[in-house]
Amino acid sequence: MYGKKVKLRALFILLIFLSVVLTSFLIFKSLEENVVYFKSPTEVKNLAELENKKIRVGGMVKKNSIKTNDLEISFIITDFQNELIVSFKGSVPNLFEEGKGVVAEGFLEDRNYLKATKILAKHDENYMPPEVEEALKENN
Amino acid sequence: MANQVGNYSLFIALIASIFLIFQSYRLTRNSSKNLDSKIFSVLSVQSLMVLISFISLVFAFIVSDFSNKTVYNNSHTTKPLFYKISGTWGNHEGSLLLWLLVLTFFLFIFLINSKNLPKKYRLLTLTFQEVIIFGFLLFILFTSNPFINLFPIPKEGTGLNPILQDPALALHPPILYIGYVGTSIIFSASLAALVCGNVNKVWASHIKKWIIISWIFLTIGIMLGSIWAYYELGWGGFWFWDPVENVSLMPWFCLTALLHTIVVLEKRNTFKSWTIILSITTFSLSMSGTFLVRSGILNSIHTFANDPSRGVFILCFLFFLIFLAIIIFFIYQKNISNSSIRTYLISKETAMLVNNWFMMFFLSVVLIGTVYPILLEVINGSKISIGPPFYQKLILPFLIPFLLFMAIGPNLKWVKDHINKIKLEQPIFLFISILISYLFTTSYGVSYLFSVPMFGLGFFLFFLTIRDFFSGKSTLSQKIAHFGFSLFILSILFNGVLAKEYSSNMKVGDERKFMNKIIKFENLKITQELNYQSLTGEFNISDDRGNLNLKPEIRIYNQPKTLTSEADIISTIYSDNFLVFNVLKDDGYYNVRYQHKPLMIWIWLSVILIFVGGILGYFKKK
Repeated sequence: MYGKKVKLRALFILLIFLSVVLTSFLIFKSLEENVVYFKSPTEVKNLAELENKKIRVGGMVKKNSIKTNDLEISFIITDFQNELIVSFKGSVPNLFEEGKGVVAEGFLEDRNYLKATKILAKHDENYMPPEVEEALKENN
Repeated sequence: MANQVGNYSLFIALIASIFLIFQSYRLTRNSSKNLDSKIFSVLSVQSLMVLISFISLVFAFIVSDFSNKTVYNNSHTTKPLFYKISGTWGNHEGSLLLWLLVLTFFLFIFLINSKNLPKKYRLLTLTFQEVIIFGFLLFILFTSNPFINLFPIPKEGTGLNPILQDPALALHPPILYIGYVGTSIIFSASLAALVCGNVNKVWASHIKKWIIISWIFLTIGIMLGSIWAYYELGWGGFWFWDPVENVSLMPWFCLTALLHTIVVLEKRNTFKSWTIILSITTFSLSMSGTFLVRSGILNSIHTFANDPSRGVFILCFLFFLIFLAIIIFFIYQKNISNSSIRTYLISKETAMLVNNWFMMFFLSVVLIGTVYPILLEVINGSKISIGPPFYQKLILPFLIPFLLFMAIGPNLKWVKDHINKIKLEQPIFLFISILISYLFTTSYGVSYLFSVPMFGLGFFLFFLTIRDFFSGKSTLSQKIAHFGFSLFILSILFNGVLAKEYSSNMKVGDERKFMNKIIKFENLKITQELNYQSLTGEFNISDDRGNLNLKPEIRIYNQPKTLTSEADIISTIYSDNFLVFNVLKDDGYYNVRYQHKPLMIWIWLSVILIFVGGILGYFKKK
């Protein structure tokens, strides 16, 4: 009924369509599994339930809160409303300092304690997480 | 002084750009054979003006003229001369001026190099390119002017972010920008060719040069950024799937796809619409790269504090250009007539399409991974990030068929080939490769998913590309680039599987055991340099094979007051030993991280091979 050219073209379009469907299915399925949520210490406090999923907590490193021993580093992340204790085994980035912004990635043990697997700090010495900036403004 | 000169030159360039847009468009209706000499002289004036304004900014940086706000914010008198100069483009305003400089310079070269092409096509390219230049001029003058005066004049500047004071990073932006800006010529030229109806073999071999040039610079630019991240950020990896990195990778995928389709267009006069679509997409991705990095929208570790109004401008401008391109595409699409010669399923054309399919797949993965967090934040306010596992899970399994096609594809013939012609040696090579990878993975106890076929096909591509040097049908540049890629994949795989890492908090004199090695923190030296204080740690790592002395450094810069750590890396052709340390607080503890990274140097060497392939492709005679 249809010429060979039309059939080929239809096949081609069908192939493209199928690959688009397949690709988006794979991508979105993988997205669901690998998303890491970013929370402030206050949001962590207000969590309804604790999931055993990786999470990122951002805020400022509280002054005089860094404690070190041979194996571990522990410090307190604060958004000047609530605080969260973080313990960490591993290496920290250059700009990890007391009084500076920090993001800790890891698993929550409870609402006050995070076991971090990675510590990130921003490149910019003036950087402050937006939530912290807002919290600071509210407090002033 | 320099401020005024720079500022007014930009205004003159803006006027020149308005004139050029109208004049060049008007002349396309005119039937005379030669380009109007007026156009050339105005264009020269424009390029000269942009050059003058760039030089005056460089000058202001060299003499530390703090009446200039950009210089005040990004420079300091104690900075070494080299970083004073590179500081010119180490900031937002200066880097855009550099964009503009390359933009006008490239347009000039384009017009000189296209003398044997139709006049209408050259004029239209000029029009589109001038629209882009006009947009950038507006953007620079009204949202990020590098020539703002400060009064009273400050005595001292605030300094350049010390982690940017690095040779690789001084060169990284200009080179990456040359790649980005090159895609703008491809964009303008494709639209012009579409309007004129000369999307054909002649046009393809002309625009191919521009594609190769952009691709080479983009590749080098990405590599420099990656090398910098490796030794300066102290994370010890070369790619982190960070949004800012992804943004430079996306146009690269697109450009690589274009690099392959343009060959089909040149040789077989087909895939015309697809080539145009790819050209438009590549440029849009380059522009959105600039937009995403500069607007501060990206939730990235790399982002520097930014001004959102700039983002809005680039976004509007970007949408305008994309919209314009789409309209032109639909109006003039009828100008395209693909040659009606039949192509069979098993042919080089199909192989190229397969390459394009994979490039588009990788592109979609990276695009969605980068953009999804932004969208989600806009939609429901939740902040998320997407880590390396997402990209690895989606990209690694698809590398297996990709490598297979990459090994077989280049030796297929145009139009029609036969499966039964495949020689016996290919299955033999495949069998040997899988066997090697099986033996390797079992003896090293590697138990990752797909590791046997991954390594196996990596080796397969490696062997076949080596064989092709002796008997292959394709060009030398293709062989070198594909061989480089096989080396690249293999080094990444080995590096990823065999890398070892240890971190600990140590005081001077401490000793730690790691695997069969002993890491000793022997001494700490403090010295005063010109613009920083340096703490040098002396570490000794010993095992039964010998001793290594590593001297990583912590630098405390005075302006602005910042800490950076400089890793010490001992590279050999077998492996890198990487050691970096960090101050925690004043209690004597230092945070130490040691990494053993096999075949690290081969990752860089293979990328160099890949773009050497590109350079050969550029100089290849017809």
